[in-house]
Amino acid sequence: MGITAIVFWILSALTLFSAIMVLVSKNPVHSVLWLVATFFSISGHYIMLNAQFLAIVNVIVYAGAIMVLFLFVIMLMNLNTKTEMKKNLWMKLGGVISGGMLLWILISVVRTYAEQSKGHPKIASVNTGEIGLIKNLGHVLFTQYALPFELCSVLFLSAMVGAVVIGKKN
Amino acid sequence: MPIQYYIALAVTLFSIGVVGVLIRRNAIIVFMCIELMLNAANLLLVAFSKTHPATSVAPLAGIDGQLFVFFVMVVAAAEVSVGLAIIVMLYRNTHSVDVDFLNRLKN
Repeated sequence: MGITAIVFWILSALTLFSAIMVLVSKNPVHSVLWLVATFFSISGHYIMLNAQFLAIVNVIVYAGAIMVLFLFVIMLMNLNTKTEMKKNLWMKLGGVISGGMLLWILISVVRTYAEQSKGHPKIASVNTGEIGLIKNLGHVLFTQYALPFELCSVLFLSAMVGAVVIGKKN
Repeated sequence: MPIQYYIALAVTLFSIGVVGVLIRRNAIIVFMCIELMLNAANLLLVAFSKTHPATSVAPLAGIDGQLFVFFVMVVAAAEVSVGLAIIVMLYRNTHSVDVDFLNRLKN
């Protein structure tokens, strides 16, 4: 087992553990912190796949901006005084069972694929490749994807206006 | 790494997000689980973008996958700003962030 495989398994275990802790934490602030840990380990995966730009953007935008927004809202609401009402135990069990069945189906699809491609598996090349570098990504973004990029700014403007209109006191 | 490991990881992450949306009542945590699902999709897109070996003809094969991750992040940021505004309004009207009380916003 090479060093990349070891790093992959450690990062995967970290990702899944912190993702589960997001669900089971009682305090919403702890959930936010575990989600930040999840994003950091996903960024580790991006670095391993040589997608440095996306790794940095993931840390800055998700773990930085979006999670701080979540924290602001949680602090604003002062939720810690009253506990979250318990959902019906049967509802919880049903949710876990339906999610587990989804996982089961998808994993069995992956296993079937793994068996069929036994001799010539598709390899996600780690630690090599140029496509994740900001030079190449920026070039393609501003030539081939210039129109979607500009449409994103319109989307952001409308989201900003919408958030202000919804959040306004009337 | 063979691609099926990345697919299995992303699928598991997505299922954890689905379970979170189904079992939690706190609207903020439901929202965070949606972010978790988006990140699972992002991870899968990046992993698939690296399955194209670079050749001299197409040195940037697979770069579209990473650009789509970029756009998904943009849309997620816009979605979070509007969604959190809705949650703040829900809290202001009902003094709770329980998703079961969302129907009280009707009037």
